[in-house]
Amino acid sequence: MEIFLQQIVNGLVQGSVYALVALGYTMVYGILGLINFAHGEVVMIGAMLTLSTLTALLGWGVSPLLALPLSIIVAMLGCMVLGYSIERIAYRPLRHAPRLAPLITAIGVSIVLQNIAMIIWGRGYRSFPQLIANHPHNFGGAIINDIQIIIFLLALGIMAVLMVIVHRTRLGRAMRAVAENQHAAQLMGVNINRVISITFMMGSALAAVAGVMVSANYGLTHYYMGFILGLKAFTAAVLGGIGNLRGAMMGGLLLGLIESLGAGYIGDLTGGFFGSNYQDVFAFFVLVAVLVFRPSGLLGERLAERA
Amino acid sequence: MKFNSVSSLILATFVLALTGCEKSATSDQNKSGELVVRIGASAPLTGPQAHLGKDNENGTRMAIDDANAKGIMIGGRKAHFELISEDDQADPRTATIVAQKLVDNKVSGVIGHLNSGTSIPAAKIYSDNGIVQISPSATAVAYTAQGFKTAFRVMANDAQQGRVLGEYAAKNLAAKKIAVIDDRTAYGQGLADEFIKAARANGAEIVAHEYTNDKAMDFTAVLTAVKGKKPDLLFYGGMDAQGGPMAKQVKALELKSKFMTGDGGYTPEFIKLAGKAAESTYASLPGVPLDKMPGGKEFEKRFVANYGSIQLYAPYCYDAVNVMIAAMQKAGSPDPAKYLPSLASISYDGVTAKIQFDEKGDLKGGAITIYQVQHGKWQPLATMGTSTTAAH
Repeated sequence: MEIFLQQIVNGLVQGSVYALVALGYTMVYGILGLINFAHGEVVMIGAMLTLSTLTALLGWGVSPLLALPLSIIVAMLGCMVLGYSIERIAYRPLRHAPRLAPLITAIGVSIVLQNIAMIIWGRGYRSFPQLIANHPHNFGGAIINDIQIIIFLLALGIMAVLMVIVHRTRLGRAMRAVAENQHAAQLMGVNINRVISITFMMGSALAAVAGVMVSANYGLTHYYMGFILGLKAFTAAVLGGIGNLRGAMMGGLLLGLIESLGAGYIGDLTGGFFGSNYQDVFAFFVLVAVLVFRPSGLLGERLAERA
Repeated sequence: MKFNSVSSLILATFVLALTGCEKSATSDQNKSGELVVRIGASAPLTGPQAHLGKDNENGTRMAIDDANAKGIMIGGRKAHFELISEDDQADPRTATIVAQKLVDNKVSGVIGHLNSGTSIPAAKIYSDNGIVQISPSATAVAYTAQGFKTAFRVMANDAQQGRVLGEYAAKNLAAKKIAVIDDRTAYGQGLADEFIKAARANGAEIVAHEYTNDKAMDFTAVLTAVKGKKPDLLFYGGMDAQGGPMAKQVKALELKSKFMTGDGGYTPEFIKLAGKAAESTYASLPGVPLDKMPGGKEFEKRFVANYGSIQLYAPYCYDAVNVMIAAMQKAGSPDPAKYLPSLASISYDGVTAKIQFDEKGDLKGGAITIYQVQHGKWQPLATMGTSTTAAH
């Protein structure tokens, strides 16, 4: 029972990490219908920027409690500039091109960012300093620490804030209008370039936060970390219904739980025939099954609503 | 996978046919009339193991710079060595493409690859083209067991290493219940399998065998499954990039077993990644500790001055280049067909060990040292297994 509880906790934490990244993916997709494959790299750049700013600030003798929020803000601003530039340089010129073209530039941007990060921050792993005390808590045998609780709450909080922005504000209405029909929105006086830029900047700021959380949890950053994370988060977003904020959260948590329970029990359940090396197979099998029976994902809207 | 091997075979034959007419020109002259000898090197220079790949490249480069500075004569002519370094991304498929590229560049020999998973498929391409390959760090038994005359290594293999580790865990550390995790690469899986064999032979019980991959960051699920089996010792077959974070997560999950890994974990990077959780981890490295190597101290001083701290295999790369050049000098030619026999029968005093190859191309009499992290540093505990190559 202890072990089962621990696996649930593992799954929820891992799932929240996926959800944090998936929220950024899904928001851009929801507005633009574009899969921003460079999102994972923005997460990585966010983590790296935080690390560099943090090191610099601590070097100047700024107290850790002040340095941490300051560097997160710097990273968020940096990523917003990055997100804006990516959209301006790589996606906007292709907005009316066939769908495959922006997808390919997205992959290109992802590779470029990885290599830039490799040049700036090096090939090695960099350990992320532990600034806030990370106490472990014991819930009936399952161990969870402070950072993991923060990640879970943060994912929920960010989802809630995003939902309020999209459904309750003027900007959100403009976003939904652009998602529905760009031309019609433009005729109604919506500045679509501005709305799309803001969407990208919000998504990138979120990515920075996700990057900090992931690095703090695992205690490391690496220029390659965004790739796998992006892939898993993309899967989570599709699982929940891409374009849907609640779907991203649910997809992330579900994927995390499937992975941890799958890896933890598949060996025992099949008498050693399948091992934990089938962890990913298990996760993607669920994805295939969901897509066969519900092609738009668990909470997805029908794609026909989009122009 | 099948498509890949077939297509690379077709490609290999095609290129072979194209280059056949100018095959003799494996080396040529530069402007000052020196004999130009190209040496290929391949390791992952991007991806999660890029730090190790760069370390290999640096070790190789240092040997080549030394050789050029010394003004080595081959067959009565002054030789100038050129390094062609390629990135194989630790990916077996990329490795075959890189191997073909090195062959097309008419290298006299190749130092590589870093991983077993990449060295094994690349060995076929080098063998087909008669190019000598010395891997500084591929330890999987399968690498030299393919029967290629051109494949050598300057490090003890996993049969030797796994046997020593398994024996040490079961006997010296008195572990009765052992859990194993491996990363499913040729190296990780091979080492884990040899470890399991040796541990069982010494009376330990394997209570769990779980898996991850060489790009993973999160191991909490498999570690929790392992925790349920309450092992005395957890063994990880894989590289430091996973081993380090894994050690950290072992501690966070309050899993109270000893942690042990192979040569892939014996790096300063491991300690950096695992932080305080690295303390008292066991690892092994074929060979003797660097400061006990014949020229280890000297090598370390010069390497650190040029490239920063040694990650792992740089001294082995340095030796691999030097033993290759020594064989060329002995044969009086950089043509692989001519110096291959002298390499096979060479006896060379390297930085890491006295290098002699057995009939398979394995290092004769490779010693293996067990290390432990004490006060944030790897400290040697015992050097074992100085006997000749293990029987399979």
